[in-house]
Amino acid sequence: MSLYRCACGRHGSQFEHDIEERAVEEALLRATVRRDFLSLIGRSAALAALASVFPLGAAKEAFAQAGKPEKTKLKVGFIPITCATPIIMAQPMGFYAKHGLDVEVVKTAGWAVIRDKTLNKEYDAAHMLSPMPLAITLGAGATAVPYTMPAVENINGQAITLAVKHKDKRDPKSWKGFKFAVPFDYSMHNYLLRYYVAEHGLDPDRDIQIRAVPPPEMVANLRADNIDGFLAPDPVNQRAVYDGVGFIHVLSKEIWDGHPCCAFAASREFVTTMPNTYRALLKAIIDATAYARKVENRKEIAAAIAPPNYLNQPVTVVEQVLTGTFADGLGNVRKVPDRIDFDPFPWHSFAVWILTQMKRWGQIKGDVDYQKLAREVYLATDAAKMMAEAGLKPPTSTYKSFTIMGRAFDPMKPKEYVDSFAIKRA
Amino acid sequence: MRQQLLAGVISVLLLGLAIGVWHLATLPKSGAATVDSEYAKLVGAQAAAGSKSAFPTPVDLGRKLLDHLREPFYDRGPNDKGIGVQLAYSIARVLLGFGLAALVAIPVGFLIGMSPLLYRALDPFIQVLKPISPLAWMPLALFTLKDSNVSAVFVIFVCSIWPMLINTVFGVASVRRDWLNVARTLEVSPVRKALAVILPAAAPTIMTGMRISIGIAWLVIVAAEMLVGGTGIGYFVWNEWNNLSIANILSGILAIGLIGMALDLLFSRLQKAVTYAE
Repeated sequence: MSLYRCACGRHGSQFEHDIEERAVEEALLRATVRRDFLSLIGRSAALAALASVFPLGAAKEAFAQAGKPEKTKLKVGFIPITCATPIIMAQPMGFYAKHGLDVEVVKTAGWAVIRDKTLNKEYDAAHMLSPMPLAITLGAGATAVPYTMPAVENINGQAITLAVKHKDKRDPKSWKGFKFAVPFDYSMHNYLLRYYVAEHGLDPDRDIQIRAVPPPEMVANLRADNIDGFLAPDPVNQRAVYDGVGFIHVLSKEIWDGHPCCAFAASREFVTTMPNTYRALLKAIIDATAYARKVENRKEIAAAIAPPNYLNQPVTVVEQVLTGTFADGLGNVRKVPDRIDFDPFPWHSFAVWILTQMKRWGQIKGDVDYQKLAREVYLATDAAKMMAEAGLKPPTSTYKSFTIMGRAFDPMKPKEYVDSFAIKRA
Repeated sequence: MRQQLLAGVISVLLLGLAIGVWHLATLPKSGAATVDSEYAKLVGAQAAAGSKSAFPTPVDLGRKLLDHLREPFYDRGPNDKGIGVQLAYSIARVLLGFGLAALVAIPVGFLIGMSPLLYRALDPFIQVLKPISPLAWMPLALFTLKDSNVSAVFVIFVCSIWPMLINTVFGVASVRRDWLNVARTLEVSPVRKALAVILPAAAPTIMTGMRISIGIAWLVIVAAEMLVGGTGIGYFVWNEWNNLSIANILSGILAIGLIGMALDLLFSRLQKAVTYAE
């Protein structure tokens, strides 16, 4: 299971290899050839001419330090939840500026809107749910546009919250007829909630109702008794506790420790046409992620992202989420330091698992080339390189097996995995 | 005059009564803290006393309003602007969408009103399109126009076009025959007939349509901005909903009401200005 699949052996896929090649060619052309000359003879001819006098291959090899960003003023969309911590904090804490970028982070109303605004190119890149780039690439619930996910934002950090009136219904078997909210159809929340109730013998399509509600509107809906609970990103869960509306039934970490949640996503077009900008942006976000990973920085980060311009939440709510010392809504103070954690590496096995759940619940039909899609959408090479530079330890392989609620998942046998479930739509 | 004064007194009394009831209803209940102090620090005051967070009191709202009035035009980044700035964005969108709709609706309404044939041919389309909620166009607009700002203006355009179009048609079609006959005997050119006879005659009806339209447009912009976000008073309300800050939402609602009233007043003045006695 090697990470290296391109021609030169340094990239996760031929696509990532091509991005780098193109960046070098672009830089070289701009440095040596006058624009009018270029338009006269064309790009490939100019390159061929240059290659005869200039060691182009060697330059590509030497391409380690990124060139100047093609575009420095960028717009990045986000949903006001703590999953977006690295994307948000990079603005007030200066990580974007450090990499020569002037990024405006724009709060967005919901996942469908962030998807449309990114596809419209109003945003250069965006905070998305980790299944979304796969769904967009496949054209599931969207027009098919080749998408990429250069980094995971956070792992863990979600929870199932129930309305206070259900304090005594802690056994999922007693949840028949419940109405649940998840942020989006193509979300880890949807797949985790379905997985969780199905493992307890409930059919998520028949025994309970699941509806998509944008995270900021969940607490208001829970308060109004429109729903019985939700599997939601924070600070929504903590906010429900803070307002005395709900209690935290189970942290997502207790369902699957180390699961991915949100992601930094950009179109393949952005990655190929602006390779240097893409690299600078990714570098800024991975640096921010590395900073957020350190427990001792969490309080400072909470104070930076809680104000109205970002999450618009009381600081204590954000702090409880990030530090993991929190009120659970039942009168207990719990201490779970890794309630949310930050790890940028886009494991290909995550993508394969997500695809198996899309298949399991009938979101995608027909045969799926799991590994190929994982490789094309989850760009692991750049993330690994920059993680090493930021002082994190990137793994040497892009696949790992894991166990979720006692059921083992082997990323090399996705089809068998889907077949192994008793409750499924496939 | 006396009656006007009396009406004013009753209005003030009603307001006082409403605030009084509100005040009594939101008096803090003295519930003993049911949890230890460490836990209480982590949750809101009401949650610590074992209940849901409460509706704000009139004083809370007054304080918030003062905050907003003290600094209505601040700009602390793309997602945090003062209420005045947000209102300005909304008003600009409404006027743009409404203006474009007027540019289309009034000439087209003239043509349809003057030609019974066109009227019959286009009537089915108007009847089908008119009742569609303007917000139903939003996903389609986002998908095709590929710009959330343009989409919001488009939605305003769609919602304000129908009342203006229908009223213009109606006004133009029901100009008194005698006046048209006089124009014909005097051999007035068609353009002059439209501008000098039909337009002034139909103006009050057209203005009524415009007044209805601006009212609907102002209703719809709030919902549209809640959907697309970014800027505007609708986004402001949505953003405060996200923070469950009822006092801020009430401030937004109050501002929406006041601006709506001002727009309506403006058009009622215009309407009066073009009304004539027969």
